[in-house]
Amino acid sequence: MPLQPLLSAEKAAANMAEIHPPMRPQEALVEAERCLYCFDAPCIAACPTGIDVPAFIKKIASGNDAGAARTILTANILGASCARVCPTKVLCEGACVLHDRDEKPIEIGRLQRHATDFVRDHHLKVLQPPAKRNGTKVAVIGAGPAGLGCAAELAQLGYSVTILEKEKLPGGLNTYGIAYYKMTPAFSLEEIELVKSLGVEIRCGVAVGRDVSGADLQQEYKAIFVGIGLGEGHRLGVPGEDLPEVLDALAYIKRVHAEPLDRVPVGRRVVVIGCGNTAIDAVSQSLRLGAEHACIIYRRGASDMTAYDFEYELAKKEGAEFHFHAAPVEVLHREGHVSGLKLVRTRVTGAGTLEPIAGSEWIEPCDMILKAVGQEKQVPLLKKLFPSLKLNDRGAVAIDPLTGATNLAHVFAGGDCANGGREVVNAVGEGKKAAHGIHKFLSGKSQPYPEQPSRLGAQSGASGSGLLHPIRAHELEAELARKNHAPRKPGAPQ
Amino acid sequence: MADLSSNLAGIKSPNPFWVASGPPANTAYQSHRAFEAGWGGVVWKTIGTPIVNVASRYSALNFGRQRMIGFNNIELISDRAPETNFKEIAEVKKRWPHHAVIASLMVETREEWHEFVKRSADCGADGIELNYGCPHGMCERGMGSAVGQQPAVAERITGWVMEAATIPVIVKLTPNITDVTAAARAAKRAGANAISLINTINSITNVNLDTFVPEPTVRGQSSHGGYCGPAVKPIALNMVQNCAADPEVGLPISGIGGIANWRDAAEFIALGATNVQVCTAIMHYGFRIVEDMKEGLSAYLDSKGMKSIAGLCGLSVKTLDQWQNLDLNFQRVARIDYDKCIGCNLCYIACEDGAHQCIDLLDPASLGVGLGPGRVPFKVVPKVREEDCVGCNLCSLVCPVDQCITMVEIDNGKPKMSWSDHQAKVASGQMKPLPPHP
Repeated sequence: MPLQPLLSAEKAAANMAEIHPPMRPQEALVEAERCLYCFDAPCIAACPTGIDVPAFIKKIASGNDAGAARTILTANILGASCARVCPTKVLCEGACVLHDRDEKPIEIGRLQRHATDFVRDHHLKVLQPPAKRNGTKVAVIGAGPAGLGCAAELAQLGYSVTILEKEKLPGGLNTYGIAYYKMTPAFSLEEIELVKSLGVEIRCGVAVGRDVSGADLQQEYKAIFVGIGLGEGHRLGVPGEDLPEVLDALAYIKRVHAEPLDRVPVGRRVVVIGCGNTAIDAVSQSLRLGAEHACIIYRRGASDMTAYDFEYELAKKEGAEFHFHAAPVEVLHREGHVSGLKLVRTRVTGAGTLEPIAGSEWIEPCDMILKAVGQEKQVPLLKKLFPSLKLNDRGAVAIDPLTGATNLAHVFAGGDCANGGREVVNAVGEGKKAAHGIHKFLSGKSQPYPEQPSRLGAQSGASGSGLLHPIRAHELEAELARKNHAPRKPGAPQ
Repeated sequence: MADLSSNLAGIKSPNPFWVASGPPANTAYQSHRAFEAGWGGVVWKTIGTPIVNVASRYSALNFGRQRMIGFNNIELISDRAPETNFKEIAEVKKRWPHHAVIASLMVETREEWHEFVKRSADCGADGIELNYGCPHGMCERGMGSAVGQQPAVAERITGWVMEAATIPVIVKLTPNITDVTAAARAAKRAGANAISLINTINSITNVNLDTFVPEPTVRGQSSHGGYCGPAVKPIALNMVQNCAADPEVGLPISGIGGIANWRDAAEFIALGATNVQVCTAIMHYGFRIVEDMKEGLSAYLDSKGMKSIAGLCGLSVKTLDQWQNLDLNFQRVARIDYDKCIGCNLCYIACEDGAHQCIDLLDPASLGVGLGPGRVPFKVVPKVREEDCVGCNLCSLVCPVDQCITMVEIDNGKPKMSWSDHQAKVASGQMKPLPPHP
């Protein structure tokens, strides 16, 4: 049977409703009051865009919601979507000192949403385009989080920025790839209006390499930011993979976003292959679209999965089943349509590699298979655009993490095409750092804004904590081990 | 179990917790409820020539998540007829013979005072409290704090009362005065049996930033209100100690001002109060709070080996002295317990911007600081430079973790030397003046 939509529009919309409600005003006040207002707070260092978290929270506590939103958006132009999609439990909230005070960490993500919702609901403009443009034109390839982060920063520094986007709509992953119940495409587009309001031009439906060549861009623009993200999903390499009901999970999520919900076909029994956060989104979306049964197949164990614990818990709560140590062998079909997936148990060898356990095969009946096993790097496109651009051995653009600079003087890069695939907030942060790299390249001036004070006294970065990859606490620790912070006065006792 | 019974100038009550004169002590109904809940006494809401109250009457100062840390009111004395109040006092006394019922009074003329004092005794009240404190409304009519602020007037009026009094008389003092002991001495001179303090403090709690009118608001206007609640406790403690330490006062004290639990009460008693009166905390939480007050105070006295409240009364009075008698050579420094430190660095920024710049932020590796399992890793660690620490205490006060920063006494071997000693030694040539801080 070909796949059919299973739910009415109303039912699907209800299922897709946001799982995290906004804070009521008093809830936000009470929560904001709990913040200790740490000095040089670890939550700032844990945010890839270096939002001054204690500052914005204290502004909420005083009733200065617009000021709070300004603090957020100054550091992170996509602060509203990051408030919804950031894995705050492992970023800012994970670093909250209240963990050690036998207290729940501050709900930073929800407070951030409270503040950014406030300016949205009241149509307040808390960021302004510069009074005067400097006339220098910069191109940004890709209107995803990295490109938007870079473009917004450059526009505020006075540049004329044009974003070229191959899709019909801007936003990249934010518009096409986030689970509905976290954020809708409409919300993403509304947020992008803020970037446009700073004077950024976004040309959609323009594919670089097809409609515009790299040489064209280099001729017209003084600098180029590459924020093209990742490409097609990886192939499984098993027989039957090309059947019509075997889909790439991200492409399927994109379809959920691009079409009316009651026209999106879904299987009654869905198997998702892979166990990253995309797999979780895919399995949850399938269930919310009416799938009667959905499971995740992962060739390694639960401790190896890349999905966050809270995403895993969410999927289990939604009713998803998890089969660990199982690998696909063959997609089975009946009359040209998927009827099941043949699987085999796996075990880890002494050398750490995986091997199938002979004779352990079984068949999981299903009528739809979603592949969430990672995405290809866009090596061919990059080679076509900039033949001499240096890529690293994993096929990502090699950049200076502090400036986004590549081996080509006028080309900068950031986001998934450079980091191999991380969070939205990482992409925004890298785009922002690249904007300051571009500014320095074009003007020779380095702009102190928007540096945040660092707990290590490092002031080297254009944004964030000034650390190379300010994201996880354990990374901060490793960074710390390389730095020595001298006492302020010599002769102090140690 | 320590004996909680109380005797203030001959007024006996089963415990030292009295409902202060105010909205909770307005009726017989409330008094019954108070005594049922366990209160030892009630000071009836001030009886006088009936007045009319306005709406609204109250306003609050909130702090963070804490409601009503400060409270203010523009309510006046009882708006019920005096005969109703006296009749109800009689009813209450009949039902609760061993509990204290005090008639709070405020009238104008000598004749009126004589009449109200007599009626108070006739209805069975155990004592009389003279309201010389009310800072709003009544003072404009020459009563309340208008009396309390002028010791000579207070003395004269107290004298009128004493002419007619057959039961103990307590003079309630206003804090809206430069030196509260002047009013206390006047009460003593006039022959009063006890004093109670503090009444409320002149205040404006807040301004409504939409209407620009302070609160409480009465049709676009406001008025100065009487401030009370937890926020006034430090002022009240100071004034209670002032009176308790003054040899010319020498009267039993009923402590009032921001008392919300047994700890507050114990502090007032340690600073010289015989019993305490509570109003705002009841307005916030109801009469039920007394259960913990009694239990807590009793357990505290037991833990100190004290058989009764008398054992605690006044213990702290003499530990307060003039600044010039404090030891200049006493030294203490802040010390951080890294097992408890959560890395908020509030101590650092407080010391850096608000005090004496003697905390550094260091790499934890350089300190060899270990953290317990599951702790958020430190990026930097605050470290006190003890040789520069002036021992001011600020860091330990801002630290959000109990017992994380403690002040440690340093034995510097120097003998006690107060500023008075210093001045005397310098004058007599025994020593050179201590150099100023560089």
